Amino acid sequence: MLKLTNIQTFYGNIQALKDVDIEISEGEIITLIGANGAGKTTTLMSVSGIVPPRTGEIYFMGQPIHQMRPDEIVSLGISQVPEGRRIFPFLTVTENLDMGAFLRTDKEGIREDMEYIFGLFPILADRRNQAGGTLSGGEQQMLAISRAIMARPRLLLLDEPSLGLAPIIVRQIFDIISKINSEHNTTIFLVEQNANLALKVARRGYVMENGRIILTDSAKNLLSNEEVKKAYLGLST
Amino acid sequence: MEYFLELFLGGLTRGSIYALIALGYTMVYGIIQLINFAHGEIYMIGAFTGLIVISVLTLLGWNQIAILVIASVAAVIYSCAYGFTIEKMAYKPLRHAPRLSALISAIGMSLFLQNYVLLAQTSDFLPFPCLVPDFEFWEPYSHIITSPELVIIIATTIVMILLTFLIKFTKIGKAMRATAQDRDMAMLVGVDVNKVISFTFIIGSATAALGGVLIASHIGMVNFYIGFIAGIKAFVAAVLGGIGSIPGAVVGSLVLGWTESFFTGYISSDYEDVFAFLFLVFILIFRPQGILGRSETEKV
Repeated sequence: MLKLTNIQTFYGNIQALKDVDIEISEGEIITLIGANGAGKTTTLMSVSGIVPPRTGEIYFMGQPIHQMRPDEIVSLGISQVPEGRRIFPFLTVTENLDMGAFLRTDKEGIREDMEYIFGLFPILADRRNQAGGTLSGGEQQMLAISRAIMARPRLLLLDEPSLGLAPIIVRQIFDIISKINSEHNTTIFLVEQNANLALKVARRGYVMENGRIILTDSAKNLLSNEEVKKAYLGLST
Repeated sequence: MEYFLELFLGGLTRGSIYALIALGYTMVYGIIQLINFAHGEIYMIGAFTGLIVISVLTLLGWNQIAILVIASVAAVIYSCAYGFTIEKMAYKPLRHAPRLSALISAIGMSLFLQNYVLLAQTSDFLPFPCLVPDFEFWEPYSHIITSPELVIIIATTIVMILLTFLIKFTKIGKAMRATAQDRDMAMLVGVDVNKVISFTFIIGSATAALGGVLIASHIGMVNFYIGFIAGIKAFVAAVLGGIGSIPGAVVGSLVLGWTESFFTGYISSDYEDVFAFLFLVFILIFRPQGILGRSETEKV
């Protein structure tokens, strides 16, 4: 479904991604793990077209997208929940969700999806007329995920959804992620620092270090891999 | 009391004009954090376009009100084209450059347009006909506020209402607010940010051009330099209200209009600008973000 080949992305003269190859099949949950500054966020931003790759190719459903504008990429069915949630702080919860559906024109469908989301996260329904910036971190993460699914994406890019949240909220968020994947067959590309958690929901994983993919395997194998355990799971053997 | 009312309404008229120009500054700043110094020139070009159309139509012997309406529409359309082109030529190529570069580009654009009009037209003040007739029904109140002033206030009010509706309830309005709050995120939900920016310049130019025709018709003359003074005043109004905030631009403009009007009326007209800027300094000492501005809080 999504295929990155030989991606090289730069910020000015600094190379952030070096020869990145990633492949995702439809309906999968895959995860990209790695330390701070490894290039995980840049990978997602390259896919979304915010920081286009300098060389290399990205194909989505057989179509080259590496030279497309971000809004064209969204219109193909790729939505991102960026790191730090990036809620529009002065738009209300409802307006934030409307923005998620920005490229859709089916009013009826948008209304239904909004009801679906309010069923999924009743707290957002209670706060629907409140400014996004006044929500708590957990609520904002729920809103950020909801905003992305308002676009009815085929591929959902999630950047550190667990960041800064209480463990109980994190569990709730991850349950929802699995639910979106199984109920709507939405493919999920999950970037996480919390490798332990990510490898439990994902089927396969990629490990990134200094802008390179250094390892890829099934999530199960990665969880028992000695190197991964030492570097990312905080376990010594 | 009547004198007070006269000053109050005079200030309201001034404030309305400032507001029509200040909106363009504040909307553009809100979206791309640029002080568009060429914005005053858009206002001036609007006034000149109005004058040219008026001269032609007057020769043809049209009805005054019809001329005013057509001249305003022509000025708005012509200035929108200018606003759109200025952004594409002078600011878009510098979108990722340091902010100062775009600012210098804006100043250059402003000087260029002033001198272009100076060469293409003249350096003299040109008479601008007052096209608003003295309405008969308004006769009993005309010593407090004249018909042209009344038209300015009403026109501004209508523009403000339309603009509020546009920003609050339409799709493009929501996209403008979203882009102002977080540009990359707006792109990630599928907003074509370039279109939003162009649209913002067009709307700002439209209100400035309308202001240009209305004020020129009220004051009775134009020249190539009027955009500079009006632009600076409107910029002050936008900062006073809180740059980036649309209601702030309106409030700031009205406050500035009243300050000028009352100081001039009760103290001395020689110090009009001194009072206006002194007031700005005071407001900024006690409320640096402006009257309705939001103090920036970075959230991680």
